[in-house]
Amino acid sequence: MGVGRRMKKQGPPEPLSEEHFARLKRKAGLPVDDPPAAPPSKKKRTGKEVPSKRNSVATKKGSTKESKNGEVVKPAATVAANGKKSSKPKKKQPEPEPESKGSDDDDEFDEDDLEVEGLSDLDDEVPGEFKDDFLESDDDEPYDSDDQNEKAHLFSEDEDESDAEEKLTAANIQGLSRKLDEKLAQQAEEAEAEQQDLQLNITGDRPKILDDLEEDGDDADLLSKTKALLAPDLQLLRNRINDTVRVLDDFGKLAEEGRARAEYVNQLLKDICAYYGYSPFLCEKLFNLFSPREAFAFFEANEKARPMVIRTNTLRTHRRDLAQALINRGVTLEPVGKWSKVGLQIFDSTVPIGATPEYLSGHYILQAASSFLPVMALQAQEHERVLDMASAPGGKTTHLAAVMKNTGCIFANELKKSRAKALIGNVHRLGCRNVVVCNYDAREFPHVMGGFDRVLLDAPCSGTGVIAKDPSVKTNKTERDFIALPHMQKQLLLCAIDSVNHTSKTGGYVVYSTCSVTIDENESVVAYALSKRPNVRLVETGLTFGKEGFTSYMGKNFGKSLSLTRRFYPHTYNMDGFFVAKFQKIAPTPPNATKVTFGKQKKGAKESSEHQQQQGGSGKSNDAIDIGNDDEFIDKTPIVDEDESKKDDNFGGFDEEEDREYIERAKRNAMRRRGLDPRALRKGKTDDKEKSKGKTEKEA
Amino acid sequence: MRPLTKGETHILFTKLANYTGTSLNSLISPLDNAPGSDRFVFRLHKDRVFYVLLSIANLATSVSRDKLLSLGVCLGKFTKSGKFRLHITSLPILAEHARYKVWVKPNGEMPFLYGGNIVKAHVGRTMADCPEHQGVVVFNMNNTPLGFGVTARSTTETKHLDPTGIVCFRQADCGEYLRDEDALFASG
Repeated sequence: MGVGRRMKKQGPPEPLSEEHFARLKRKAGLPVDDPPAAPPSKKKRTGKEVPSKRNSVATKKGSTKESKNGEVVKPAATVAANGKKSSKPKKKQPEPEPESKGSDDDDEFDEDDLEVEGLSDLDDEVPGEFKDDFLESDDDEPYDSDDQNEKAHLFSEDEDESDAEEKLTAANIQGLSRKLDEKLAQQAEEAEAEQQDLQLNITGDRPKILDDLEEDGDDADLLSKTKALLAPDLQLLRNRINDTVRVLDDFGKLAEEGRARAEYVNQLLKDICAYYGYSPFLCEKLFNLFSPREAFAFFEANEKARPMVIRTNTLRTHRRDLAQALINRGVTLEPVGKWSKVGLQIFDSTVPIGATPEYLSGHYILQAASSFLPVMALQAQEHERVLDMASAPGGKTTHLAAVMKNTGCIFANELKKSRAKALIGNVHRLGCRNVVVCNYDAREFPHVMGGFDRVLLDAPCSGTGVIAKDPSVKTNKTERDFIALPHMQKQLLLCAIDSVNHTSKTGGYVVYSTCSVTIDENESVVAYALSKRPNVRLVETGLTFGKEGFTSYMGKNFGKSLSLTRRFYPHTYNMDGFFVAKFQKIAPTPPNATKVTFGKQKKGAKESSEHQQQQGGSGKSNDAIDIGNDDEFIDKTPIVDEDESKKDDNFGGFDEEEDREYIERAKRNAMRRRGLDPRALRKGKTDDKEKSKGKTEKEA
Repeated sequence: MRPLTKGETHILFTKLANYTGTSLNSLISPLDNAPGSDRFVFRLHKDRVFYVLLSIANLATSVSRDKLLSLGVCLGKFTKSGKFRLHITSLPILAEHARYKVWVKPNGEMPFLYGGNIVKAHVGRTMADCPEHQGVVVFNMNNTPLGFGVTARSTTETKHLDPTGIVCFRQADCGEYLRDEDALFASG
């Protein structure tokens, strides 16, 4: 039947509706704001499906009565009503409690409620018969099972004294039990979700999802348009998304006759745009990365905040000590996972995590779990020279310094001065003494300084992996961004590669990472670098988890080695979407290529060193050629905007002599205004001028 | 970026010696006895003084002046009037070599980190022979440095002080990382 049972059982992530939260609260005996009555389920939407729904209700009622008699009867009626789905309902027909019957009678749309209760009863009472089902409903979502493992390994990685471990566990017990509760709640939700799925199976095998545009014509079109303008019915949308995903999973069986897959996909995209608020462009871009079900999980995961994670500063303290200190302050925490020895995940805190004395004295830094990955992949050694090309706010830089134990030298570059403040603050707060902070455009780098043992390039990106953190990405990224950003990333990556010293005994590595999940910013950038720099190759990142990068996508072939890169998605590891690739430089950049570029570059530099600095760039001639010619030129230099360079051309031709006159006059005026003797300036100037002239020549 | 002049060195060292005492020597001694071994040096860059390994300082010379923002540890800055002011960023250096220390109790941590002076009631431990107006480094009871200041009275005098009396004037505390980020790191 197409997709495995497991996928169906796990179901998609639970809905955003308040409804089930309210239900949970009610179960826990907490006061609840009356949630909106469960909105009419999708079955009511179309006339066609109403009868089948009636059927199912009828059968349920029938079974209720039967069960009242004290005997479980497998309802033959269901078989008849539902045709080929009969085997499933037979097995799963719940044994409803008498008390739930009332609600059934009152409101037939409240079935969900009823059935969930029925199911839980069922688990208790008739375990033998329904065991199979029960076990499956116990399945966790992927990331949850991860959590389970974590519990077993609480602090077991870096600590050997089991006493302290126990103590810590005891102190943390509250948090752990809370987690357990959460998990129970989640299981309940999942059971519900499963039930919903079941119901779908009962009610109709071919859900009607697409509108009959041909029949209804313009009126319907208009109607749908006005609907789109109005606030969408979220529950309805959600159900439709669910249905569509299910249909797309098993298209042959579930699709309506005569409908193309593309129609369903379009409908799904539209719904997702409406439901989550993405721009159609971005929605499609992201959707195409996954299978429909996975895409749905991805969009769903983007709605939930990722857990707060802190990184222990091993220059100042140990993770165990830090955990103990924070627990004493009323923070509930747990190691972030087996893969990291420095991460702690915060569940709950009575104090602001960003202002504890431990934070202020630099024992930890707030850092997303995904930001650990590039540093772990870089595997910097002590006494190396490392470059971090885009470093603010300093999470990765300080992590690097900690990994290198404050030896060697780290160049932390940041383009924006305002962001550099936070960077310098963090560097000092965490006690890193081997860091030099500079303020270049990273694309200048091989010229400022080269010969690094390792380079970390966490490139500026569209942030499609961190939509949970910054939802504005949903709407403000356009097609242009996905041309301009990869362009810059390609330049940065080439610069990074050129800055590395391939003869380094320990190093010669470049790590490229982005917090984006799109192909344009990841695989295609890496593939571009591989094609432009035959002297680098991809190597294992050394990360134990993550999905392999795409080796080909939509007809583009990136090469086999791309499978060495790693992708991380918000819905799989409960961390931000991320991409990591690790290069090793094995030879110098080919001499013919370098020579040409260098020669041109130097000439350009001589001519207008001043201008270059201001533009943060260099000769436009390089740029044009570089894009066109694959082999000859190596683009180490930023590409100046077309407009800018043109402006330069039109504007050119300064007359130095004439200018000097004006400048001098202005200076004299300024002196006079300040009440000084302008002639004094002139006297000094004549001497100075010649000196400075000599100087500039030397510099050039 | 340049080494300090004689006058500047003098001013800086007088200031540092107020906190470190004689262990000032160890600040600038080579890391090991091998010839040509690395040592820490002081570098002035845009009125700020940085304490940095010589090898790193040499590497940083390839960064142009207006693009260099920070290197190593920033100790503080020369004011326009030529005095030297220590910044909180110098705390790890001072804490390592401190001559006199004050430990504050847990209930005194937050008031100090919010910029308050240390009152007698908050002092958990102190050194016996501390004179008046002596630079001290402030620790919490776990021996984590929190800041530094100068004593308001000598240790013997504080014994007769009432619990709300000020023992130590705050000069810098870790809370400044949050409060004064703009002023602290906006070099130039």
